[in-house]
Amino acid sequence: MGDQNPEKMLVKGNEALAMAAIDAGCLLYFGYPITPQNDIPEYLSKHLPPLGGEFIQAESEIASINLLLGASATGKRAMTSSSSPGISLMQEGISYMAGSELPGLIVNISRSGPGLGGISPSQGDYFQATRGGGHGDYRMIVLAPSTIQEMYDLTILAFDLSDKYRNPAMILGDALIGQMKEPLLRRRPEKIDLPPKDWALTGAKGRKPNRLKSLYLQDGELSEHNWKLYQKYERMKREEVRFETLLTEDAKLVVAAFGSMARVSKSSVELAREEGMKVGLFRPITLFPYPEKALHDLSKRVKRFLTVELNTGQMVEDVKLSVDRDVEVYFYGRPPGSLPTPEEILEEIRKYYG
Amino acid sequence: MELVFKRPECLIDVPFHFCPGCHHGIAHRLVAEAIDYFKIREKTIGVASVGCSVFMYDYFDIDVLEAPHGRASAVASGVKRARKDRIVFTYQGDGDLGAIGIAEGIHTANRGENITLIFANNGIYGMTGGQMAPTTLLGQKTTTSPYGRDFTYDGYPIRMAEMLATLEGSAFVARVAVNNPANLMKAKKAVRKAFQMQIEEMGFSFVEFLLACPTNWGLSPLEANRRVEEEMIPYFPLGILKERKMADYL
Repeated sequence: MGDQNPEKMLVKGNEALAMAAIDAGCLLYFGYPITPQNDIPEYLSKHLPPLGGEFIQAESEIASINLLLGASATGKRAMTSSSSPGISLMQEGISYMAGSELPGLIVNISRSGPGLGGISPSQGDYFQATRGGGHGDYRMIVLAPSTIQEMYDLTILAFDLSDKYRNPAMILGDALIGQMKEPLLRRRPEKIDLPPKDWALTGAKGRKPNRLKSLYLQDGELSEHNWKLYQKYERMKREEVRFETLLTEDAKLVVAAFGSMARVSKSSVELAREEGMKVGLFRPITLFPYPEKALHDLSKRVKRFLTVELNTGQMVEDVKLSVDRDVEVYFYGRPPGSLPTPEEILEEIRKYYG
Repeated sequence: MELVFKRPECLIDVPFHFCPGCHHGIAHRLVAEAIDYFKIREKTIGVASVGCSVFMYDYFDIDVLEAPHGRASAVASGVKRARKDRIVFTYQGDGDLGAIGIAEGIHTANRGENITLIFANNGIYGMTGGQMAPTTLLGQKTTTSPYGRDFTYDGYPIRMAEMLATLEGSAFVARVAVNNPANLMKAKKAVRKAFQMQIEEMGFSFVEFLLACPTNWGLSPLEANRRVEEEMIPYFPLGILKERKMADYL
């Protein structure tokens, strides 16, 4: 049952994530400095070389994602991290990785936009992360941690899922989760069974050459490839959905929130319960695949949902798409600049509780 | 009868798709000969770029990865850092390296990545149908410089080999042509040297080929060959621009 003697420590979210990468066997990191994720490359630039790993501070995020693409193609675990504007630059490479069916971890400790925006926490990259972001019809596995422990645990899961499905995976955090310090139990993971990487480029010794590409020009080839990718995404939807519910059994209103906003919302739900309101919380952990079925099932009993996000309304669209038609979906959003307090969200809960 | 000339082992026995008179096939062959010479086929990983060179995996009997446009040297750096005991090369056109991927090319050389970059300079975008390249010569007409390249509008043709030779990280930089047998023999030696540099872990090696593109130049193969000699070589002089000795490296 996992690590029997986990180390207990007080660390930043970004550091927990970097530790998890090492513990997951990722010894290859490529990145370009950007706030608020610099603790990740700083930690790894110190700790990877003594382990025989490689750290490259690339000339751009475009180079970073392509260094990752090359390293992943050899079958080894590799990663990059950045924040929103840098993730925009990586979209081309992510599309090629999805098209070439390459694993690899991309971390977005997102900041606020559009444009240069600011360095404060934001959930404005939800659409970019869950809708593909780059060109073409693809999806990326997206995990949204809401605690420092999850920064560690979900990073390990992201590597496993990425390898299992031969698909890029993203950790979507924000400045709040990345910069905050909390206790961490560093439970080093056990090795799990994953498909062999017989597709990897290692030199064609004793086998036919391997080719990794996303160009398909022969008649029918590309549509077949796209259907294959589609089947993979459908399998993720069936097998990999993860979410958390809190006090939803008797709830009359459920707050839906992810990542940092789920933390604040949790306090608001507890405050509402103290006032006697039957309020619960639904927190998607996988943003893709989205827990649409779980949300749909919940909406057969609960007819009021309040989506809380640190943006002007993105995940709320997925909530609306998931729930039954007779359900009221309300929205409370915060553009970047400040975080809502639990009391402010409680005020919204009171408004819609009825 | 004695067999005196045969297909390199690491080239697959299929016809090239290149146009008649195009020099890509010759450059491919020289790379294949070097891989055969060092007997490294089973440990070599090629990185294809975007352009006429993208179909490398149809011709080379080795592991091949396809990079996004311009990113081949970054991709190759990732491959090499992950597998340092493998031989890694890219084959990139002038649009790929000289325009969209110039940052990746310069920084790969500057980091002294121990890879080999084969640069195919034919002064034009072949795959997309003959548009102006960063290496298109002044006065040269293309589909996007219909009045001839004019430096007041389009700037000057970039000399990649000279630029990369200034970087401390590059170990070997050469420019070659294959328009006649004498140049071809020099090109063969340069490619071999570039791979040798990588095998000896000397750092970044680079060979620029001046290649003819008769189709998009609107010339016959023979005329195109002459143009390499009369117009390209005077602007892009041939030779070894830099060759690191082990002593310089330490």
